[in-house]
Amino acid sequence: MIDGRARVFGDDVNTDYIISSRRKRESLDPAVLRRYLFEDLDPLFAATLAPGDLIVAGKNFGCGSAMEVAVTVLEGAGMKAVVARSFSRTYFRNAVNNGLIPVTCDTGGIREGDRLAIELRPEPTGCAVRVRNETAGFDIPAAPLDGLLMAIIQAGGLAPYFKQHGRFPLAL
Amino acid sequence: MTVLPVRSTGLVGRRPPAALLRAPRYPEGLAGHTVTEKILSAHSGRDARAGTVVVCRVDYALGTDGSTPMALDYFEAMGGSRVQHPERIVFALDHYAPAPSRHTAALHQRMRDFAALHGIPLWDVGDGIGHQLMVESGRAAPGRLLVGADSHAVTYGAVNCFGTGIGSSELAAILIGGAIWLSVPESIRVVLTGALAPGVDAKDIALALARELGADGAAYRALEFCGPALGSLDLDDRLVLANLSVEMGAKNAIFPGEVAPDADARYCREVEIALDSLVPQVALPHQVDRVVGVDAARGIGVQMVYLGTCTGGRARDFHRARDVLRAGGGPAPGVQLVVTPASRSVLETLARDGTLADFVAMGAVVGTPGCGSCCGTCAPIPGDGVNVISTANRNFKGRMGNAQSAIYLASPATCAAAAVRGAISDPREIA
Repeated sequence: MIDGRARVFGDDVNTDYIISSRRKRESLDPAVLRRYLFEDLDPLFAATLAPGDLIVAGKNFGCGSAMEVAVTVLEGAGMKAVVARSFSRTYFRNAVNNGLIPVTCDTGGIREGDRLAIELRPEPTGCAVRVRNETAGFDIPAAPLDGLLMAIIQAGGLAPYFKQHGRFPLAL
Repeated sequence: MTVLPVRSTGLVGRRPPAALLRAPRYPEGLAGHTVTEKILSAHSGRDARAGTVVVCRVDYALGTDGSTPMALDYFEAMGGSRVQHPERIVFALDHYAPAPSRHTAALHQRMRDFAALHGIPLWDVGDGIGHQLMVESGRAAPGRLLVGADSHAVTYGAVNCFGTGIGSSELAAILIGGAIWLSVPESIRVVLTGALAPGVDAKDIALALARELGADGAAYRALEFCGPALGSLDLDDRLVLANLSVEMGAKNAIFPGEVAPDADARYCREVEIALDSLVPQVALPHQVDRVVGVDAARGIGVQMVYLGTCTGGRARDFHRARDVLRAGGGPAPGVQLVVTPASRSVLETLARDGTLADFVAMGAVVGTPGCGSCCGTCAPIPGDGVNVISTANRNFKGRMGNAQSAIYLASPATCAAAAVRGAISDPREIA
């Protein structure tokens, strides 16, 4: 289970808003870049980030450029998951491939500062996901995650997954 | 149908042995599959239905100089030492061609060294845009599964194969293991009816579709084209439509061919575009789906006209643009005309048939085959306050290297008409 405090953003947050391209030119180190998280949306945001904070967003989170650093910077800030109504295709892939859990659910009822608990329950074909809004006192069903994707996430991403397994389980 | 010349650039090295590419096998007794589901089933050994995740064997993977250097870092982090099927990988030096800085020259050298060490074919500076070469070289072929570490890998779907863009870590995983995980997309059925009027182009169909679907209207989904108008759309037309599908958020776009959909295939949505009623279209800054008919943009001044890219940089595109420019007496004073063929083969065609000489006589700046000015990485960059009209696929703010310029997107003929008048115009009034 992952719990934390919701830090809420709107729809269509692109990867340049997550971390600006001009910062990426200076460094790709997540420990450095975390100081500039979401700076174009709110220059003071990164300073208010506390351990255990969870990013919660609307639709199409992570649209735009497919740079994987827009995922690793959230991990650099200590996050294990990111919650959104929907993700851009490339952000979803990059999240899984770098070990960050993309939680897809209706985020309309989550307010800034709400305490959230994300429950992951293994099932035969994958992993059931549920988000509990502890502040407001209700559960939000989330999209399940496929078993292989959970295995990649639990390994910590594609690089450690390949170090452990050497290859994907290919049926052919 | 126009058949693009299949050629090797000499630097490509060996062609893959045919035996490596197993014929697609479709699980027996299954019905209701879209074209995309069939190809993913054949490459995963599973019944790949929309909503499931499958691991697929990759027939060919492209890495560009924009994505490969980072993939080589991931390759090392994964403990990679050997490339499983080097003949199924290809690198293209196209985004920074020719290298505009010492830093990018070093990235190119790193890619050349890695390719030589592992026996990976490489398209060097001047060979052209990787996506164009994947089609020209015959790697994109019906029923195959191709990926590219670049979003416009969706272009390959024009030839009835699955093509999609991937990240750098995934390219590294393919170098090591030759496979990738894919979630199987639902498909949107795009029905094309009627016939295009003279002066109207496949680019106009694609822009009209972008307006209809919106920038994320096909997110996570495949676009599957069909309808009575398909017979009149040749390979060049199909490449344009597949290429622009990612601007609607699509995972891939596919035309039917050897692999056809089952009669009872399931689609999540159907969209019809009547080609008869289409007029030339223009996408306004800074969104690809902000599309209007050319009349609504008429008279907007332009100072730079860009002909090229994996959308609009093939020989026929330049022929159509040249014809309008010639009929109109060449570019207006104050217009910078930039011409960048999509590949060396396109450049050779233009040199052979006199089109290149025509452009040179008109004062055009002719660039190295490659991505050129499209993404601001090399070649001419527009100045502050400059309006550009381009045959490319993206008009985001700053895309061409200057956030103080504005980019309009249109067909080659409409771009040429703007060059003639110094302002956005209807090409049908010139040609």
